[in-house]
Amino acid sequence: MKTHVLFNLFATFLLADGLNIEDSAGQFFSSGHTNNWAVLVCTSRFWFNYRHVANTLSVYRSVKRLGIPDSHIVLMLADDMACNHRNPKPATVFSHKNMELNVYGDDVEVDYRGYEVTVENFLRVLTGRLPPSTPRSKRLLSDDRSNILIYLTGHGGNGFLKFQDSEEISNVELADAFEQMWQKRRYNELLFIIDTCQGASMYERFYSPNLMALASSQVGEDSLSHQPDLAIGVHLMDRYTFYLLEFLEDIHPASKANMNDLFKVCPKSQCVSTPGHRTDLFLRDPGSVLITDFFGSVRKVEITTEAIDLTDPIKEVEERPANGDVHKEMHSYVDQLPVSEIIHQNGKLCATSTNKMSLCCFHGDVSECEMQLPRGLGVEGPP
Amino acid sequence: HYAAAQKQAEPAVLQPTPQPKDDFQEELVVRPLHSGDIYASFQFRTLWETDFMRGNKVSHYRLFPKSLGQVISKFSVRELHISFTQGYWRTMQWGQPYLPSPPGAELWVWFQDSVTDVDATWKELTNVLSGIFCASLNFIDSTNTVQPSASFKPLGIGNVTDHRFLRYATLPREIVCTENLTPWKKLLPCGSKAGLAVLLKSEKLFHSSFHSQAVHIRPVCQDWQCKTTSWELRQTLNVVFDLHNSGQGKREWSLFKMFSRTLTEACPLASSSKIYIDITDNPEQFELSPATSLLSQAMVLGDRRTFSVYDLTQQDTFGSVRSLNLLIRWKSTEGDMLRPLLHAERYVAGYGLQTGEIHTLMYNHHPYRSFPVLLLDSVPWYLRLYIHTLTVTSKGKDNKPSYIHYQPSKDRVRPHLLEMLVQLPPNSVTEVTVQFERALLKWTEYTPDPNHGFYVGSSVISSLVPSTVAMDTNSTRERPLFSSFFPCKEESSYFVRVYTEPLLVNLPTPDFSMPYNVICLTCTVVAVGYGSLYNLLTRSFQIEEPSPGLAKRIANVIRKMRGVPPL
Repeated sequence: MKTHVLFNLFATFLLADGLNIEDSAGQFFSSGHTNNWAVLVCTSRFWFNYRHVANTLSVYRSVKRLGIPDSHIVLMLADDMACNHRNPKPATVFSHKNMELNVYGDDVEVDYRGYEVTVENFLRVLTGRLPPSTPRSKRLLSDDRSNILIYLTGHGGNGFLKFQDSEEISNVELADAFEQMWQKRRYNELLFIIDTCQGASMYERFYSPNLMALASSQVGEDSLSHQPDLAIGVHLMDRYTFYLLEFLEDIHPASKANMNDLFKVCPKSQCVSTPGHRTDLFLRDPGSVLITDFFGSVRKVEITTEAIDLTDPIKEVEERPANGDVHKEMHSYVDQLPVSEIIHQNGKLCATSTNKMSLCCFHGDVSECEMQLPRGLGVEGPP
Repeated sequence: HYAAAQKQAEPAVLQPTPQPKDDFQEELVVRPLHSGDIYASFQFRTLWETDFMRGNKVSHYRLFPKSLGQVISKFSVRELHISFTQGYWRTMQWGQPYLPSPPGAELWVWFQDSVTDVDATWKELTNVLSGIFCASLNFIDSTNTVQPSASFKPLGIGNVTDHRFLRYATLPREIVCTENLTPWKKLLPCGSKAGLAVLLKSEKLFHSSFHSQAVHIRPVCQDWQCKTTSWELRQTLNVVFDLHNSGQGKREWSLFKMFSRTLTEACPLASSSKIYIDITDNPEQFELSPATSLLSQAMVLGDRRTFSVYDLTQQDTFGSVRSLNLLIRWKSTEGDMLRPLLHAERYVAGYGLQTGEIHTLMYNHHPYRSFPVLLLDSVPWYLRLYIHTLTVTSKGKDNKPSYIHYQPSKDRVRPHLLEMLVQLPPNSVTEVTVQFERALLKWTEYTPDPNHGFYVGSSVISSLVPSTVAMDTNSTRERPLFSSFFPCKEESSYFVRVYTEPLLVNLPTPDFSMPYNVICLTCTVVAVGYGSLYNLLTRSFQIEEPSPGLAKRIANVIRKMRGVPPL
């Protein structure tokens, strides 16, 4: 009897402990994502749009600091401000006047730059329909358990965003691209932040699930820039992203700040425009979504108790030279400017006598394109 | 478990550790220039005796970067040369560079004989390299790739030179910034953490008159017999700091002033780590501290130069403060620079947006020797060259090239390729002119900023220039890296490559707001015209009494009640 009671007690204790583990495990996997990606796009060209590049780079800097590696960030900058000839301090992009913070840094990898930042490339990156020879760093290799952060900045209007002063992307196209991503299971949850004039119009048309969107201004309002720097001569940052950067500088990888704090960034008193957000398509409550779910890269670890058999260690194969060393051929360097060889190239004399010369062409059949040089070079040819 | 542990113990006992067959050397050459500027050239060389082309893939990489090794084996590359340059090298003020490069990006590759479709492999290779170096090399396609027929012979060993396996392309518009330097630094064995690479800080490097970083891969001889070959990877970085921008006008340079860092140790993986300061020009005119007793002489660029050497693998180089900050201070500014023997310029002449003329000038400053030069010109298809107007004149007289190779362009497919072997008479200027006409592009082919203009890549002039001293033809003797880049086959001349300026031409640019204007105007005209016609035809007039005011209406109601006719 006693052993029976003891056994019951023991069983209940184990069960209670088991429940505790399940609870913490449940909390561990609450967000459902296993990896993080970020797509940061600056769509403006020309020196006076310095602030858009500074915006994108400051989000890049925060995202890198919180743990997302370069291989998981697709950074698209439509113009080069750091090494622009107008930049009085080359290789730097500042976000604050008096040059306090260089958001460009010393370790930056830009994946799409200059003319490569087009609407087509942006949509191809999102949907994954890239040409087969595209390198890995230019692809968004997300899966159905990826949380993606998409940040766009530039000049925009009611329902569109201007790319490089020559084309636009509309909110319908963007919504359709996200739907394609959803159908292809290319994201688990997606956070979309846009800092342009009338930014809220860009997320009006979204209809795919698990999307959360933030914009710096409502329809009919302009997003304003923060402050100019007299030494550099342009406005350095936009207001919304400036206060966003300030907010993110306080976040560290173990921070428990949630999305409701992010919605409060830059109220009307600081931003002049009214930032907006949209959470109706998002399945979880924004209060339970951590900032680091999108901005950071907190790796989840699964502990397993299975034993894995390792293969036998690979024995290094010693290279035996074949046939001994006797008959190895002598190599030599190539003559860099073999004048006589060049003149007698392809078996045909290119300079026969002092008066006649022929033009050597390099197609498959030399005879078909041999022609006489005209009078300018001292040749008597047929008129 | 016990059996497994036993198994694991066995191989460690049987096989001895193999000798590493790779070697890493790093070097910095500092050359003070007559104008007060200073030229610093970094070279990092990794030698590896391996065979990428064999069947079983190479899988263990030590000093050689894996990304480049995989590129070589996957695309059957025999030689690869890629450079990113910001700024233009001023030959007349600075002399000849140790490693020339044109402004923008330049890529030329020799493929192995086994490649069947060179163009497809070239396209894939440019895409992969654009990912590795964070550059827009994917813009290299058939419209800016050429296949030179005589220039750009392989710099590595090889017997066969079939130019079908050579591809050359430049992107003169390509910007070089920290995002290109970051992956370049990551290819080094020590990264940017130890050795000479700690000096590579982007804020100082890009605030310069000239900045060029390059990667060169080629097979080289291992020993003097040249029976074994090894792969050589050279990463080079050339930078010229301006006297006024970076030097604050004072003719006093130090490592800290140039790079904002000092050196504390050599790269532990390097077999040799040295700094060379060129003291040939004026050995009494500047002082060098800390002093060093090591001196070395080298034959480079046709001249015998003397260098002070600092060996970073020796601990006493760093002194008691454990850090090395070289200081070069001028005492006087006399002395003339030796004029470079070969120099070239290029410009566009003409007016208007229809026609123009390209002039290329090649200067031979040697007093009595003439030498041949090979000029390579690759002009985009939208400048239609009129080759019948090609003239080559020296000293006012016609100078017939002894070899011309011209491949005409095809619209939107191929650029022009012009290669000429010209003999430059001594002490003369040779001028090559050709007229062209500008094409009108389709409106989708314009860049987002078309009013900036369109670039034409630099001309390349390759030449064997007579040298004043006997050059060293022994290719495997222990030589500093900067003097062993171009292979030397004969003693009396040295190979040099000169790049001209890129050209910037304006093409006739349409007004991109015209479609919008035309639509507005047309719609207005149609609306006004059609609307007026419709109104004329269908409008009819009816007479209507205006409604009376309130007082009148009340009066009318009262009158109706009284039975009296209304007002």
